[in-house]
Amino acid sequence: MTESPEARAKCEISITVNGKPETVQVHAMERLLDVLRHELGLTGTKEGCGEGECGSCSVLIDGVLVNSCLIPVLQANGAKIVTIEGLASNGHLQALQQSFLDCGGAQCGICTPGMILAAHYLLSKNPQPTLEEIREGLSGNLCRCTGYSQILEAVAEAARREAAT
Amino acid sequence: MKNAPIVGTSVPRREGRDKVTGHARYVDDMVLPGMLYGATVRSRIARGKINKFTFGAGIDWNAFVIVGPRDIPGKNCIALMEDDQPCLADGMVNHPEEALLLLAHPDRHLLPKAVEAVSIEYHPLPAIFTMEESEAQSQIIWGRDNIFKSYRIEKGDVDAVWQSADHIVEGEYTTGAQEQLYIENNGMIAAFDPQQGLTVWGSLQCPYYVHKALMKLLGLPADRVRVVQMETGGAFGGKEEYPSMIAAHAALLAMKAGKPVKIIYDRMEDMAATTKRHPSRTRHRTGVSKDGKILGGEIDFTLDGGAYKTLSPVVLSRGAIHAGGPYYWPCVQIRAKAVATNAPPHGAFRGFGAPQSLFAMERHMDRIAQVVGLSPVEIRRRNLLRPGQATTTGQTVAEQIDLPKLLDRALELSDYQSKKEQFAKANQQCTRKKGMGIAAFLHGAGFTGSGERFLGSVVGVEASADGSLRILVSSAEFGQGTNTVLCQIAAEALGIRYEDVGIAQPDTDQVPNSGPTVASRTVMVVGKLVASAALGIKETLAASGMLGDSYSPEEFRAACLAYVRKHGKFRSLAQYEQPDNIIWDEETYRGSAYAAFAWAVYIAEVTVDLTTYKVTLDDFVALQEIGKVLHPVLAKGQIIGGVAQGIGFALYEKVIWEQGRMQNGQMTNYIMPTSADLPSIRVYFEELGNIHGAYGAKGIGELPMDGPAPAIVNAVEDALRVPFHAIPLLPEDIFAALSESAAPDRVATSARGNE
Repeated sequence: MTESPEARAKCEISITVNGKPETVQVHAMERLLDVLRHELGLTGTKEGCGEGECGSCSVLIDGVLVNSCLIPVLQANGAKIVTIEGLASNGHLQALQQSFLDCGGAQCGICTPGMILAAHYLLSKNPQPTLEEIREGLSGNLCRCTGYSQILEAVAEAARREAAT
Repeated sequence: MKNAPIVGTSVPRREGRDKVTGHARYVDDMVLPGMLYGATVRSRIARGKINKFTFGAGIDWNAFVIVGPRDIPGKNCIALMEDDQPCLADGMVNHPEEALLLLAHPDRHLLPKAVEAVSIEYHPLPAIFTMEESEAQSQIIWGRDNIFKSYRIEKGDVDAVWQSADHIVEGEYTTGAQEQLYIENNGMIAAFDPQQGLTVWGSLQCPYYVHKALMKLLGLPADRVRVVQMETGGAFGGKEEYPSMIAAHAALLAMKAGKPVKIIYDRMEDMAATTKRHPSRTRHRTGVSKDGKILGGEIDFTLDGGAYKTLSPVVLSRGAIHAGGPYYWPCVQIRAKAVATNAPPHGAFRGFGAPQSLFAMERHMDRIAQVVGLSPVEIRRRNLLRPGQATTTGQTVAEQIDLPKLLDRALELSDYQSKKEQFAKANQQCTRKKGMGIAAFLHGAGFTGSGERFLGSVVGVEASADGSLRILVSSAEFGQGTNTVLCQIAAEALGIRYEDVGIAQPDTDQVPNSGPTVASRTVMVVGKLVASAALGIKETLAASGMLGDSYSPEEFRAACLAYVRKHGKFRSLAQYEQPDNIIWDEETYRGSAYAAFAWAVYIAEVTVDLTTYKVTLDDFVALQEIGKVLHPVLAKGQIIGGVAQGIGFALYEKVIWEQGRMQNGQMTNYIMPTSADLPSIRVYFEELGNIHGAYGAKGIGELPMDGPAPAIVNAVEDALRVPFHAIPLLPEDIFAALSESAAPDRVATSARGNE
């Protein structure tokens, strides 16, 4: 079997994922999404459309929300990445994860990881958003199940709970 | 001992924690050792003969596993209602994107190039793409007449109506194809072991549909085919029938390769190749008295089924039965047919024909109102079904549903009357026109007619080795809350805690056939069986003397454990039996079409901006009677989610067809609503109970899909005084209609008076 061009062009990429340093040998143009899922086994990050439209593959790179299906892994070299697997600590759900559970923000669950990361990013910039700001902040993440209402409620609830602590 | 009720409370979603932490396992998250990746070579034309395949240069074809129709050990079909759809087209293609060949390779990156490199030489044949072309039979592409199925529902003598009617109101209404657009694309993994047989894992709604299709395709006995449902990222009907096709493809590749094979569609392939909601055309001709009573009418309901029969007959049936809406028809003739075109087969999508025929009915009611000179409210009030009256199929409304009262409550909740007056005044001076629209409707829960009797669903509850309970059903969770609500029901039936009941992953080696996860049947039909199977466990324990009349959850578990230690683990099974009073005549299409109907009135408030022609929803009231709400958060989530899809159906989602092929198969150009597009959707429930459903529940999954489109388009007409008869209704359609005719009285002139 001939070696694929991809295999020939592999390079070494170092990233920190959920606080853990990782080094992988991959093609420089491999999507960050695929590196997370295939190389690192972090399958919580989902692919919905592969073209940056649905937001299911949202992760944070150095604190900034991105669609990991649009990021060649080379671009993430040296960066700190947070995925859905990095939010709960020691089995304790993060406030957003708990409020998504309580308010019905997750139905089929496929958009949920990306949606929670988008909400996490929103609250990191704006801890007490209005309903309109939440709507706007999550408008890059598509959900086909919920009609969004219970997701918006979950984000508002998480913000309330965070403020109360 | 009476515990606090579990049914009616919002317990935590059973698999919710896995979903919010990213640990839920979908099929694409699963990897098997030595697994190959599979891809599909598809037809690039709509209809024709395949002369030959050429495998292009620059690809090491020896490294690929290649499967064609000759590799199929059993019958080359996807068994469903009729075996007309091939698994791989053999010599002849009937629609674009039809599967022709299958490829597998260890490196998934090489597959797209390999698929591209297969060139296909065709002898093209003339194709047909519209219902009208199909009816004209310029080409016969299916059977003798291009008709998959037709039905006639008759009540009374319609011919007698035309003479006595004060008005005869006619209208034609059309709806477009709609993509289910679950966010998780379709996918399957298959592994074959010569001793054990075949196992497939996938994203699907109906494990036993896939099971049946694989048995026939591969010529394997039931115990050598195993189907496992993985966590499924949305379905909405879109994973009812097509997963059998993908499972079949993965299985053929895995059997030939001797290795597991994973097939995951990308978005464009999923959009282009898999099923969508049937496009429809409905023609109404209604005789009405001068005081606004429907005297009778004819309804012609036609669906575009695409190239193969698949589920079109049953989609057609549900559409036809719902075509008369929640109204009393002294006489009616409903003529329904599903016709063939050279497009990929259309299929199941939430509502299953009813959103199409109800769009027509509810638009037509507004038209009748205008002709008669009554308000949209009054025309409905005068015709809504009342207890004791019979539906179009002759089913007597047995429950004490007060539809006029439901209508009144929706009007009050939406502040309908005062807004109508206020908008009528304000619209005269501004370019942002506002309007209010109503839709009244019903949705039957469970399989139609004798369907549930034929299914004969079986449900199990098992006491496991550790004394815990596990529900065994093939009913799948794909977001609706199946796992959660069925566990609630079992816990409630036994008086134990929600946490004490588990539910098995749907796996045909482990669970009995509780039927497909469709038709708003899971909570009502399967739920009731779960309660009865759970009670069977209690009876066994009581009969053995291990459980008294009164017990705590701990005592129940201890009794289970004691019993299992003595006798081994045990199961209680319950099978569906149709109640004697549900009688359906398949020949005449008369009788009890559904064990229960849910009822609803939805009201939309819109603004149409005459600068951009964009329709904005300002408020949406969704009021429904659903028997009993078993889980308030999940029930509300179902309604809001369905309304959102209905809004997409009405205002956003347009499939652009070219020679039977979807041209906009991407999320960038097939537009579904985002969080910024939707209004607050206000959900209200009424609960009348239902003797046929678990704890009084009726089905609610599909109901909310039916009402939004007509309510919204009625509101747009109210705002603009121009009628629209087709959805999706996009800004360019509104612009075109307003440009074409400034005459606001076209409606009245197209309706014939019978004076």
